[in-house]
Amino acid sequence: MAIEVRIPTILRNYTDGAKAVEGGGATLDELIADLETRHPGLRDRLVDEKGLRRFVNVYLNDEDVRFLGGLGTKVSDGDTVTVLPAVAGG
Amino acid sequence: MLTIERAIVDQIVAHARADHPDEACGVVAGAAGSDRPTRFIPMANAERSPTFYRFDSMEQFKVWREMDDRDEEPVVIYHSHTATEAYPSRTDISYASEPNAHYVLVSTRDDDETEFRSYRIVAGKVDEEQVRVVEAYEPDSVD
Repeated sequence: MAIEVRIPTILRNYTDGAKAVEGGGATLDELIADLETRHPGLRDRLVDEKGLRRFVNVYLNDEDVRFLGGLGTKVSDGDTVTVLPAVAGG
Repeated sequence: MLTIERAIVDQIVAHARADHPDEACGVVAGAAGSDRPTRFIPMANAERSPTFYRFDSMEQFKVWREMDDRDEEPVVIYHSHTATEAYPSRTDISYASEPNAHYVLVSTRDDDETEFRSYRIVAGKVDEEQVRVVEAYEPDSVD
């Protein structure tokens, strides 16, 4: 088993068009680092020097990770992580 | 070009008017690949602001999952400008993240007249498109 990561349309150029990819790790940070080894460039779209990018929403199963532990959120096999770009503007 | 039913245009405009002077926002979902907006989904503006909007992250998650389950996509993403014209702002352009969506802008700055315009926003580039309002969509063609 692994962790399923659902990728939004705008980031599928990093996953050869795949809607979902798999990865592993004990925390969200490790999971994203693991994805980066197979999908180079993806990490930079999700994370900046301060943590998760402000206009990217990441959910662990049904929860926004901002309300869990951000990049330090614990993840385990069988979890589903969903990435959605925030819909926002002025 | 955006082809959209009058009843949906009326719902978007009514939402924008109801939330004025704050910005209103939402989605019109449609079958994936159809380019036909059919299911009107007003969203909360988590910012409750006259100059900014952002979908509430949990509501967005729920709505996006529902669209996924129904094999739909966000055909239209709309929001209102309440003091300026219905043209994408710099922040609208920099955060636009659905390359297949029609970005609809409504302006409620004038009490009597509501501007309703549509754009494609891809990789920082804005293209205004024609809006064709129809009473009802053509029946599905048989493939």
